[in-house]
Amino acid sequence: MNTGELLIFLALVVPLFAAAAIYAVGRMPDVRETLTIVACIVLSVITISIFMRVGAGDPPEWTVAQPLAGLEIAFRLEPLGALFALMASLLWGVNSLFSIGYMRGKREANQTRFYMCFALAMFAVMGIAMAANLFTLFIFYEVLTFSTYPLVTHAGDARARKAGRMYLTILVGASLVLFLPGIIGVQIVAGSTVFTPEGLLPGRVDDVTGSVLLLLLVFGAAKAALMPLHGWLPGAMVAPAPVSAMLHAVAVVKAGVFVVLKVSAYIFGADLISTLPAATWLLWVAAGTIIIASVIAMTKDDLKARLAWSTVGQLAYIVSAALLPLGAGLVAGGLHMLVHAFAKITLFMCAGAIYVATGASKVSEMRGLGRSMPIVFSCFLVGALCVVGLPPFAGMWSKFLLITAAFGTKEWITAAAMIVSSLLGLLYLAPVALRALLQPVGDGSPRAFIRPGGAPGPVVAAVMMTAAACVALFLLADAVVAYLEPMTGSVR
Amino acid sequence: MISFEALHAAPLALTAHAPVLMVVGPLIAACAAALAPTARTSWMISVTGSIFAAWMALALLGEVARRGAVDYYIGGFAPPLGIAFHIDGLSVFMALLISSAGVMASLYSGHSLSAEVRAEKHTLVQAGFLLCQSGLLGLVSTGDAFNAFVFLEVSSIGTYALIAIGEKRDRRALPAAFNYLIMGTIGATFYVVGVGFLLAATGTLNMADMGARLATLGDSSVVQAGFAFVVVGLGIKAAMFPLHGWLPGAYSYAPSLISIFLAATATKAAIYLMARFVFDVFPDGAAFGQGFIAWVLAPLAATAAIVCSLQAVFEKEIRRMLAFSSVAQVGFILMGLSLATVAGASAGLFYLGAHALLKMTLFMALGGLAISMGARRLDELAGVARDAPWSATAFAIGAASLAGVPLTLGFLAKWRLIEAALQAGQIWIVAVLATASLLTLLYVGRMLEAIFFRAAPAGAPRAREAPVGVLAPLWILAGLNLWFGIDASLPEKLANAGALALLGGTP
Repeated sequence: MNTGELLIFLALVVPLFAAAAIYAVGRMPDVRETLTIVACIVLSVITISIFMRVGAGDPPEWTVAQPLAGLEIAFRLEPLGALFALMASLLWGVNSLFSIGYMRGKREANQTRFYMCFALAMFAVMGIAMAANLFTLFIFYEVLTFSTYPLVTHAGDARARKAGRMYLTILVGASLVLFLPGIIGVQIVAGSTVFTPEGLLPGRVDDVTGSVLLLLLVFGAAKAALMPLHGWLPGAMVAPAPVSAMLHAVAVVKAGVFVVLKVSAYIFGADLISTLPAATWLLWVAAGTIIIASVIAMTKDDLKARLAWSTVGQLAYIVSAALLPLGAGLVAGGLHMLVHAFAKITLFMCAGAIYVATGASKVSEMRGLGRSMPIVFSCFLVGALCVVGLPPFAGMWSKFLLITAAFGTKEWITAAAMIVSSLLGLLYLAPVALRALLQPVGDGSPRAFIRPGGAPGPVVAAVMMTAAACVALFLLADAVVAYLEPMTGSVR
Repeated sequence: MISFEALHAAPLALTAHAPVLMVVGPLIAACAAALAPTARTSWMISVTGSIFAAWMALALLGEVARRGAVDYYIGGFAPPLGIAFHIDGLSVFMALLISSAGVMASLYSGHSLSAEVRAEKHTLVQAGFLLCQSGLLGLVSTGDAFNAFVFLEVSSIGTYALIAIGEKRDRRALPAAFNYLIMGTIGATFYVVGVGFLLAATGTLNMADMGARLATLGDSSVVQAGFAFVVVGLGIKAAMFPLHGWLPGAYSYAPSLISIFLAATATKAAIYLMARFVFDVFPDGAAFGQGFIAWVLAPLAATAAIVCSLQAVFEKEIRRMLAFSSVAQVGFILMGLSLATVAGASAGLFYLGAHALLKMTLFMALGGLAISMGARRLDELAGVARDAPWSATAFAIGAASLAGVPLTLGFLAKWRLIEAALQAGQIWIVAVLATASLLTLLYVGRMLEAIFFRAAPAGAPRAREAPVGVLAPLWILAGLNLWFGIDASLPEKLANAGALALLGGTP
């Protein structure tokens, strides 16, 4: 086994082993949580070295098994996958810190299962990020669905079970009815499902077949929450805040848009995408999703619901980016995937921090709370402005590149949707923090912490880390763009 | 890559007579087991007989790979006078499946029987089990249409008795066995009447001759009537929707040894014979054959897949749930065969093998749990995973395979089926497959939720983990579900050879 194979092996085994070890030491919370943090750090080191190797032009690859003739379980890194793996493992660390504070602060039950499922979800994310073909990716995509189901239904009450049912029905249903036939269709048309620079399908499909496959794959990857398959995401907000933060801002939803980006860049290729009528239809669907989700977000008083709807919209930005002609949006989409992950996890963790400290979950209850929780609400403001796309936060660059790409390819509807939605975002996200920080305490707001001392230390630390990252990425955006550049193949 | 050509499993003297030894071996063992002095001896005879049959099947695998097909004339009399065994890639596939299922079931029976059947009846159970095995092995080896009927009845008679023996635990076994007896006899009668028509039309009972003469005879109402009788008769035996009414009862009330073996083999052997008639005996271009496949077989298979999966979703008794699931899965297999392409037949056979393996795993795991629990209803199994984790985990592996979870054999089977359907341009079959798979996921989810996630009701009897004699074969089966999920080249090669033998052509 050479170094590259070893790195891939470790990236898969570390979270898997962590899951088993967490189960084994479940009775000792301190050991269990130390183990989680250690696993996060080890995994981050591994993904960093993978990231470096990909950047140096020596991507690790490993073919594990061949279940049937022509079907391989194989891994091969490329820039987007390396970035996704790195982002997920780093944020798993931050989020674990947050989880420890939150879960202990709330005295939640079944914490061993919670940490174990998290580790399993990370195993799935690593597999998705590193998969060399759609077949392998599909395997881990399903693992991700099933390992996160117990997290969504963590509360165990009727409401959680109902949301869990919807979660499974939409995600599994779409993957069985749309995604799997799409993948097998690619296999039949091309003889393999390998992610190929400049696309696997060009020259092998006509407009109709190509369009059908694109629709199957994009809607089949229902974790991207493109309307009308978005209902599971707002529903999944019944989960505890760390789950919403990690899975429904980073791992699960980003796995969805990651698939769309990969399929666009490496299965269809920029040239083919430019000629397929279905790509244009999907752009309209995505533009509709962006606008509708933003409008619905404005009407939500529950903070997590508002954030979830905002996520639906932001994911559609990335889907649009993937489908813009000429591959113009691929890099911007990759950058937005990264930036939005950091910004949205900040927002969700802030929501969790507010909830654990004061019990407030509705926007209307938060007026004036910033007086007692200035750090958390300031971080919320950072995350909000980053999502909206204002300097000096990283979101500015990704939004700028996205809108430029949309204008450049004359996709006016997409461009208009993005601009309008950004303005709406400013209206429904920023005031949450500003009202809390600047206005006097409102009538409906809790006047004291339900928990002595406010939010637990680890929670505040985690929030500050990701908020700082939103600023740091503002300076690093250029490097990320350069790193992702090989994705676009020869088009640029 | 595995090479069957290089396989020399048995000495030449045995290999030369392997076709008949494979059938006669279990038959002799059946007599010996019936006369055995103790239950333990009869069990050992049963294991020996099953292993011997599997050994002969392996020897035949090498022979068929080298020679294409093995023709064996009983007593040296060539057809049309004598009875011929004709063993090709498809027969070997089925024989391997049946005999290895026999080995696993007989190994398992050492512990399970004592919990389920009165001790003095063990010798009879083992004899019936071996008889059934012998009949099924004969059925898939013979090249003679009437001889096939004889073997069908040999296996059925064994089965009727075995299901009725289940009465120690549940009196409902008796009506179930009677129901099965009546339905099975009707099926066999239909079959033999159909063969009679074909004999009248062609003047031969040898299937290859029959096929050759039918090709020159052309269409006639006698041939069509014969076809209809054969297909309906075998449809009953194969539990083809809507002729499946006997199956849930038969699977639910028999001793677990029998439900394990039957679930893996009985309906599959009937499917084999039906495929032989539809694709081999009847000429390829015959309009009614095509019409049957397109307008009867495929729609019925699709209906079975949907309707019976739905029935499984709403069923409360877990063994009946699995039985309905079997009928639905027979629909999956028949949908593959109905594509009438080599890829479709290969996918259908692959699915057949996968389903046999995973259903055996499920029934055996359930048998292991039931040894201590005697539970039937789903809610009685609540929380059993805590007390019997090994059996429950094996059950979960089988269930995952049934649901088609990636990294299990069941997933690859579904993959191949969808691939074959897309290649044949039958998009509607893909839609049916996907819908039925979703329903499968639903009832599998219900089973796993009960076993793993629901807490046992207070005061419920605690389960005990199954003994090692049960866990060992169970975990071999569960392990195979996973192993073949990573590397399915062996079943793939066997299924491809079977499909080629059935439809001809090149891979």
